[in-house]
Amino acid sequence: MKKIIWKKNVILLLLVVAIAVIPLIFIPGEYGGSDDQATDVIAEQAPEYEPWFASLYEPPSGEVESLLFCVQTAIGAGIAGFILGRLTAKKQSDTEEPNDK
Amino acid sequence: MKRNEKIFVLTCMAAGLLGVHASAMHIMEGYLPKGWAAFWIVVCLPFVAIGFRRISKYVQQNPKNLTLLALCGAFAFVLSALKIPSVTGSCSHPTGVGLGAILFGPTTTAVLGLIVLLFQALLLAHGGLTTLGANVFSMAIVGPICSWIVYHGLKKIGCPKAGAVFCAAFAGDLLTYITTSIELGLAYPGASLAGAILKFMGIFAVTQVPLAIAEGLLTVVVFNVLEKYSNRELTQLDVL
Repeated sequence: MKKIIWKKNVILLLLVVAIAVIPLIFIPGEYGGSDDQATDVIAEQAPEYEPWFASLYEPPSGEVESLLFCVQTAIGAGIAGFILGRLTAKKQSDTEEPNDK
Repeated sequence: MKRNEKIFVLTCMAAGLLGVHASAMHIMEGYLPKGWAAFWIVVCLPFVAIGFRRISKYVQQNPKNLTLLALCGAFAFVLSALKIPSVTGSCSHPTGVGLGAILFGPTTTAVLGLIVLLFQALLLAHGGLTTLGANVFSMAIVGPICSWIVYHGLKKIGCPKAGAVFCAAFAGDLLTYITTSIELGLAYPGASLAGAILKFMGIFAVTQVPLAIAEGLLTVVVFNVLEKYSNRELTQLDVL
């Protein structure tokens, strides 16, 4: 049972990677954010509109922004890994099954 | 093993995205007229208030729920930081709130989504404080309500759990961006409201379809593990 879940999940994760990679290989594009396009449409719909509030803090460069995004991912992945690790390890000792990863 | 695999895959995906120009998929700071900004904030308040009360109820019921809740929050943190290239040649990111909605229901998830959006608005200039209400409404209220209904509906008619989880996360993700399009359309109707909404949908929703599939798959991955190892808690939460 344990092995089946593990295999299923690896297949699912590979599918996710494929979803991300296939467009990069086959579809040419700038791969900017979809919100930049939204800003363009807003300019089209309401040419006189001026944003009335600016972000309190803006990362000074793309590098710093990617750092902060990585921090966000790291916090999430760290907590998720810790909790999933605890859940799975506890169950193994409960049932006293040999570790069969 | 499972965990290492997961972190490895996520790291690879994150690394691949570093070169991609980063920007927000939520409504940007200052880009909603004041009236609408205030309106969406007011709409969200009751959901978030009920969410806080339900969280304390869940934790009283079983302290282990706090662990699961933290997992749902962490999952949303990871997924909403992953900007994934899509078939339209632009990037967007999943929401990651489907898991929380399936486990704990939509109001609790509103609180989790609020935390994620606040982090991004304050530190990443992604989304914004003035547009927080609109973004919470689409990502942390409408999306989760949809996921919750889809999951429990499919469960009732006997759909396999993994299929129900996939459909719930997929539908919630997609509806989030449809809601964003409607919010922007309402604020900038231009010549015709329907035309404006469709225009925004053309940007957000189409890009989002493959990402919604990815979100569905990732949610199933975590759900598979929880179903096996946290069976008792999930049964108590009426998820299984």
